[in-house]
Amino acid sequence: MNPLPGNLQPKDFKSDVKPVWCPGCGDFGVLNALTKALASLKLPPEQVALISGIGCSSRMPAYTSVYGFHGIHGRALAVGAGLKAARPDIHVVVTGGDGDGFSIGGNHFLHACRRNMDMTYIVMDNEVYGMTKGQASPTTAPDWTASEFTPSGTHARAFQPAAIALAAGATFIARAFSGQPNTLAQMIVMAMQHPGFAFIQVLSPCPTFRPEQKDWKKIVRPFAVDDLPTSDPAQAALHCQRDDGMSTGVIYVEARPVWRRSKAQEMTVEDIEQEFQL
Amino acid sequence: MYDCRMNDTKRRNSLSIALVGSGGAGVVTVGNLLLEAAAVDGSYGLMRRSAGPQIRGGESAALLHFADVPVECAGDYYDLLIALDWRHAERFLDEIPLTACSCVLYDPAAGDLPAPVVHTDARLVPVAMQRLAKEIKFGRANMIALGLVSSITGLKLDTLCETVSGALSAKGEDVVTGACACIARGAKLGQSLDIELSIPTAQPGAEARWTITGNQACGLGALKGGVRFVAGYPITPASEMLEWLAGRLPRTGGCLIQAEDELASVNMILGASYGGVPAMTVTSGPGLALMTEGIGLAIASETPIVVIDVMRGGPSTGIPTKSEQTDLNIALYGMHGEAPHVVVAPVSIPDSVFTVRWAVNLAESLQTAVIVLSDQLLAQSRMVANRPPDVGFVPRRVTGQAGVENYRRYALSGDGVSAMAIPGTTGMNYTADGLEHDERGTPSTGSQDHLQQLEKRAAKLTGFDYGDHWADVEGDGTIAVVTWGSCTGAVKEAIRRAGEHGVPVRLIALRLLAPLSTRYLEQALEGVTRLLVVEQTFSRQLYHYLRSQLDLPQCTGTLARPGPLPLAPGEVTERLLAEAC
Ligand SMILES: Cc1ncc(C[n+]2csc(CCOP(=O)(O)OP(=O)(O)O)c2C)c(N)n1
Ligand code: SF4
Ligand SMILES: [Mg+2]
Repeated sequence: MNPLPGNLQPKDFKSDVKPVWCPGCGDFGVLNALTKALASLKLPPEQVALISGIGCSSRMPAYTSVYGFHGIHGRALAVGAGLKAARPDIHVVVTGGDGDGFSIGGNHFLHACRRNMDMTYIVMDNEVYGMTKGQASPTTAPDWTASEFTPSGTHARAFQPAAIALAAGATFIARAFSGQPNTLAQMIVMAMQHPGFAFIQVLSPCPTFRPEQKDWKKIVRPFAVDDLPTSDPAQAALHCQRDDGMSTGVIYVEARPVWRRSKAQEMTVEDIEQEFQL
Repeated sequence: MYDCRMNDTKRRNSLSIALVGSGGAGVVTVGNLLLEAAAVDGSYGLMRRSAGPQIRGGESAALLHFADVPVECAGDYYDLLIALDWRHAERFLDEIPLTACSCVLYDPAAGDLPAPVVHTDARLVPVAMQRLAKEIKFGRANMIALGLVSSITGLKLDTLCETVSGALSAKGEDVVTGACACIARGAKLGQSLDIELSIPTAQPGAEARWTITGNQACGLGALKGGVRFVAGYPITPASEMLEWLAGRLPRTGGCLIQAEDELASVNMILGASYGGVPAMTVTSGPGLALMTEGIGLAIASETPIVVIDVMRGGPSTGIPTKSEQTDLNIALYGMHGEAPHVVVAPVSIPDSVFTVRWAVNLAESLQTAVIVLSDQLLAQSRMVANRPPDVGFVPRRVTGQAGVENYRRYALSGDGVSAMAIPGTTGMNYTADGLEHDERGTPSTGSQDHLQQLEKRAAKLTGFDYGDHWADVEGDGTIAVVTWGSCTGAVKEAIRRAGEHGVPVRLIALRLLAPLSTRYLEQALEGVTRLLVVEQTFSRQLYHYLRSQLDLPQCTGTLARPGPLPLAPGEVTERLLAEAC
């Protein structure tokens, strides 16, 4: 990574745009952690692009001072992949919510994991659709009945982001809590330094539509095992499956060849068109 | 009624040959070899492939047309039909009209002649192609057929053998030797049949000649235009363009990704283009439908992209292997909200090189989405053409220079185009947004910002000078035809024939469909008293669109019919010569 000549502080990675987030929203912690991480990586802001879809959490890019693309719902990973493929020199970070990334964008999540492009994906998981005012998301527990949309619950098992990322082929998988921005900042640094697709599921409470998540700070704890992170997918799967989804830490790190553009002998377009000559 | 026995000067010096057989019979191979060998001998030609719905083993036909000038459409009738077998013949015989002057060579071992063939009164000549092939080591009936055609049409045997050796060399010496022996055997037999047809040849000109398909021509146009990133998802009839590009983009320093779906394709190219690299995706109708939200994002965020839609029969999965022009409406109106963008269409196979190159230039200059409507007929036909002229454009995306104070990505400027900073440029960091925004790009729901940005995005398209490229306008007279895409070839031939009947007709083949150059179109229609709008749709999409944009002459008629049959020049000529609107 290109080190930064001057000494930029985390605040230098924030823009002057005031977030639309509700007071107490977990996403503030993620913004703080992200700007901390960027400052400690000493990256020139113009070398970083933050890509997002739609949702409260997807508002992130405009609140930072790096390059940003606030696209459409669910497609951020595809925008990020195109940018990274076309501009391998740019550090690509994709952010968004659980609905954006696991529901409408679920297919892109699977394929981004298996493609293993060198980028970082941060999902702010609040087990709800915040922006559209409190509907169930893929990570919502099936018995959650507080939404008028699903008054008797979702009748569907909750999506397990880490286990699915593992099965799909992500090479760096971690879980963090937005209430611990320093730990999260360190994790983002590791993720951005990891060569390949790095996925961080951030438990990021939505006090407005899931007030009970204010208690998350009492529940979250680091994984109580001493063999994480592992590079053994079976071991990682075991810990993911045994966990209640509230343990934090880096779970899985694998050194697998990173997606690369295919190389070929260079030719001019004039040379190429010779194939049509009679 | 057309009488083939009359010495009809209205038909040009041309020859049409149909080769049919079930999937594995190799008729497309023969068609390609024939096209190429005839081209080497000096002929111009066009080969259309007609395939059934099966993946392998279904019916297939190679439909060839030769002339002494470049051929841009099918003929009305076939002079020669060679059938290796008749499997599923009922599915495609309506694509191969025959007359009493046609000649049908068929293998008697391949079953009964279909009744519609017998009813044409065409001359029927049985030839035991399968049996002859079996007598030759590595012999194949399709090569016997190739030999037959060569002697019937006067194709030079050595040119043919050279072409075949080149094309089949990868399959080994035995295969080449077997093929050449079959061709010689077929040719000898052909001489005894007393059928005289000839492939017209042109005087050798100075121009270099190409054999190229529409899909390849679009791909080449993209490379020439500077596209260096492509993402796409396989779909008939567009996949071949993606496959062609996949092998060539890396050679130009570019990159192609097979995406997980069309939603990813269009968003990937948005990411690449945001990164400063001209980007394109290629699809057909079902994929275009999936991409519409992403195209809207390109328009709102002012990110240049090119989307090529190779149209096929719709709606839904429709008729994947056959041509239609029915995606005009979705290309024009498919986006939600008010989303001004550009729609262009090539008017011929060689023109695809220019039109796509132009499309890239328009996208880059105007920072918007450009949809290119090609169609299956252009895309999958192979043509012997004069090398298309090289019309260069200066690539001109307005980007930002480092160090601009108080950079505003969506600044209101005179022509509506504002500087687009490229990631990596110091001090110009901004966030592109599909949310309505102010000049800086900060999301805004303010009425003033919305109105100003709507005006900005509209003005940059309406104020732009598209030059002469908006249409191909030819000829004069008080009758005119407005058409587009692959219909143009048949219309041109019809206009030529009408001219020989002493009826001059103007041609207006639209290349720029949106924004429509109404002022130029009105000028082109000056003095026209009768107008015919020709298109391959059921609901007359082009006609209704034109009517919504300008006043058409009182006497305006339409010749609109859906696919899968391509428009024949004869049906257009008939309409032109009729007195009615
Ligand atoms: C195609 C489309 N469908 C639906 C929506 C409406 N929508 C906006 S945000 C959102 C859900 C956001 O949830 P999540 O990604 O979890 O983000 P959060 O707001 O919780 O941070 C939905 C359904 C949309 N913008 N686009
Ligand atoms: S609705 Fe929830 S997720 Fe959205 S800003 Fe408010 S607290 Fe945050
Ligand atoms: Mg959410």
